[in-house]
Amino acid sequence: MFKESIINGLWKQNPGTVQLLGLCPTLAMTNTIVNGVSLGIATMLVMSIANTSIAPIRKFIPDEVRVPIFILVIAALVTVVDLSIHAYAEPLYQTLGIFIPLIVTNCIVLARVESFASKNPILPSFYDGLFMGLGLCLVLAILGAMREFLGQGTLFSGLNLIFGDTFNSNGLSFFDQYEGFLLAILPPGAFLGLAFMIAFMNWVNQKN
Amino acid sequence: MIKFLKNYKIIAKTVLAMIIFSVIFSFILSFFYLKTEPVILKSEMEAKKRLLLQVLPSNIYNNDLVNSYIVIPPNALLKNKIDSKLYLAKQNDKTTAVIIETTAPDGYSGEIKLLVGINRNGEILGTRVIKHQETPGLGDYIDIKKDSWITIFKSISLDNTPKRDWAVKKDYGKFDYMAGATITPRAVIKAIYNSLIFFNTHKIELGINV
Repeated sequence: MFKESIINGLWKQNPGTVQLLGLCPTLAMTNTIVNGVSLGIATMLVMSIANTSIAPIRKFIPDEVRVPIFILVIAALVTVVDLSIHAYAEPLYQTLGIFIPLIVTNCIVLARVESFASKNPILPSFYDGLFMGLGLCLVLAILGAMREFLGQGTLFSGLNLIFGDTFNSNGLSFFDQYEGFLLAILPPGAFLGLAFMIAFMNWVNQKN
Repeated sequence: MIKFLKNYKIIAKTVLAMIIFSVIFSFILSFFYLKTEPVILKSEMEAKKRLLLQVLPSNIYNNDLVNSYIVIPPNALLKNKIDSKLYLAKQNDKTTAVIIETTAPDGYSGEIKLLVGINRNGEILGTRVIKHQETPGLGDYIDIKKDSWITIFKSISLDNTPKRDWAVKKDYGKFDYMAGATITPRAVIKAIYNSLIFFNTHKIELGINV
C-alpha cells in the first residue's frame, strides 16, 4: 500500500506528466528551480492535509453534495496555508504570490480527494496525497532546473528569497556573459520542457 | 406523498451536511485569520519600511517616515490612477527630503511602480522599483533584487542633467541600459524625470523653498 503509493505518485500515475492535472502552476511557476520547488512543496502540503482530513469524514458526506464539500474543505485549507506562509515566511510569499490561492483551482487536489481519499482510510489517503504531491514537486523541480539552466545559465537563483541573504541571489552561474535563451523562460519553454519530459517517460515505459 | 417524503429526507440531509461543514470551516478560517493578521500587518509594514529606508540615507531624518505622508490624488505627472503617497523626511521638524511614489505607465508589460527619494536641492537620493511585471531575465534588471542598474540615478537632478540627456544611450541620452530591453528603462527614466518636475512645481507647498 505504501509502496504502491510511491510508485503511483512518482512514476506510474505522476500528476505532472501522466495525469496532466494542474498544468497552470506547472507551466507558470517553473522558470527557476526555487520557484518550482516552493510551489511544489506548498501543493504537496495542501494535498496531504486535504486527503488526510477528507478520509475520516468520508462517511458523513452525502454523495449528492460531495464535490461542493470537497471544494469547501480544500479552499479552507489553502487559505490556512496561504495565511500561514504570508505571516511566517514573507519572502517566500513575495515569490509565490498569487499561485498559493490558485492551488484551490489546481484539479490535482480535488482529483485525489475524489478518486482516492473519499474511498480509503486515513493512512493510505495520507500516503497518496504525500506522494502524489511529491511526484508533482519533482516534475516542477526538474522543469524549473531545465528552464533556468537554459534560460539564464544559472541554477538555484533566488535562494536568498527563502533562506535569507547568506545565499547569493544569482545562484550558481555556469557561463560568463551568458546572453540568455528567452524561449526557455517564457511560457512556450515550459510547454516544450514538459513535452520532452513526457516523451522521455513514454520512451522508458516502452522499453520495459 | 411517500415519494415526496423520501426526497425531503435526502434534501434535508444534504442541506444539513452543507451547513455543518460551512460552519466548522468558517470557525477554522476565522481562528487562523485572527491568529495571523497581526503578524501579516507587521511584516507588510516592515517590507515597506525596508524599501523606504533604502531610498533615503538614515542620517538625514529623525521622524517616523513610514507614517508621515501626504496623499496625492491621480496626477498627470505621477500618472497614478489611484491615490499615491508622498513621504516627508524631517530632521527636527524641517523637511529634508521627500519620497514620491510614482508610476511608469508604459513599461513593456504594464505599469512599473517606483519610489523616488529627492532632497531639498532637487537631487535624487535613491530610487527603487516596488512593483513591475517586466520579462524575467530581460527587462527585470530595474529591480534591485536582480541588478544594481536602478542606482545610476543617484545624485542626478534637473540642474545637472538637461532635458535632452534624460534618455538611454541608444536615444542619445546619458543613461546606460542593457541590450535587448530598452522599452523598460525608457519608461523608468521618463517616470523619474516627471517626478522631479512634480517636485519642483510643488516645492513650496511641501514646505521647501531653497
